[in-house]
Amino acid sequence: MSNQLVMYEEELAQISNICDVLQRDSNAKAVLVIDKNGQAIAQSGEVEQLDVTSLSSLTAGNVAATGGIASLLAEKEFAGQFHEGEKTNVHISIVGARVILLVLFDERSSLGLVRLRVRKAAVELTHVLEVLVKKSESGNQPSVFAEITDDDIDNLFND
Amino acid sequence: MSFINYSSREINCKIVYYGPGLCGKTTNLQYIYNKTNPEAKGKMISLATETDRTLFFDFLPLSLGEIRGFKTRFHLYTVPGQVFYDASRKLILKGVDGVVFVGDSQLERMEANIESLDNLRTNLQEQGYDLDKLPYVVQFNKRDLPNSAPMEELLEVLNPTKVPHYEAVATKGVGVFDTLKAVAKLVLTELRKAG
Repeated sequence: MSNQLVMYEEELAQISNICDVLQRDSNAKAVLVIDKNGQAIAQSGEVEQLDVTSLSSLTAGNVAATGGIASLLAEKEFAGQFHEGEKTNVHISIVGARVILLVLFDERSSLGLVRLRVRKAAVELTHVLEVLVKKSESGNQPSVFAEITDDDIDNLFND
Repeated sequence: MSFINYSSREINCKIVYYGPGLCGKTTNLQYIYNKTNPEAKGKMISLATETDRTLFFDFLPLSLGEIRGFKTRFHLYTVPGQVFYDASRKLILKGVDGVVFVGDSQLERMEANIESLDNLRTNLQEQGYDLDKLPYVVQFNKRDLPNSAPMEELLEVLNPTKVPHYEAVATKGVGVFDTLKAVAKLVLTELRKAG
């Protein structure tokens, strides 16, 4: 099913590494990579206090709504967003038209620094995503799902 | 769009509850939220107006357990039912893996049901989906109301393709989990086909 994003260990390690480097180099509180449909892919930094699932879903909703505004204004997309809070600021960017890079930062960093580091990370992330999509589409990877039985599915719903 | 993570051994799927305004989409999610063990659910988010009408979406992440060592997670979304929120509905359908159409059984809501179902089909087509090829179930809600239409009539008008359907009273939980289980099973079965 082309309508599917598959993440493998190797690429996830690379994406996590890009997050780690971005978080460190931009002095950010946390960095999240989110699928455009709202699934969290990778995270780095102070994420223990965050509700990553909710944050991912809402960020994707936000990006989708902004994308809707863009198309109404005959813009392709608004590639970046910035929300300024009293303590925490949020930088959101779309990478490779497929994923969202979310950076949370405070007074230890600045918008200029975050933007600069995000640009570098986005290039690397785009490359990893291209490899991932090719790998996923090649169909050469093993799939456990072909072997799922009706019983496996039924067992999930036994109360 | 399902998201399969081989690294964390997780399957993530998106299910959207669709239907006319006030048919009970949010009520379905609230019931599921209230009756699910804390460890199996995340926070339920409702982006609603001051009068508790859905403005953008409700969101509820659920874990259903493991299949062959993979954790299955379902992200449940509702759309805003009111006609003028069509742009938002389109956005929420992006990446959908399974659809629940919640019909309002009341006779006077028949027109609204038909309009919403047509709208679902059209909006899916715009995103490149075909409702007849998606995991899809229909729920007829508010079966307890005295002005509810007979099932034969509802089925004829709102379920011409004869997908699995469930009678429900979402406020009391009747049919809510049956509906969820049915669509989740269809989604997983589809995933296997694609496997």
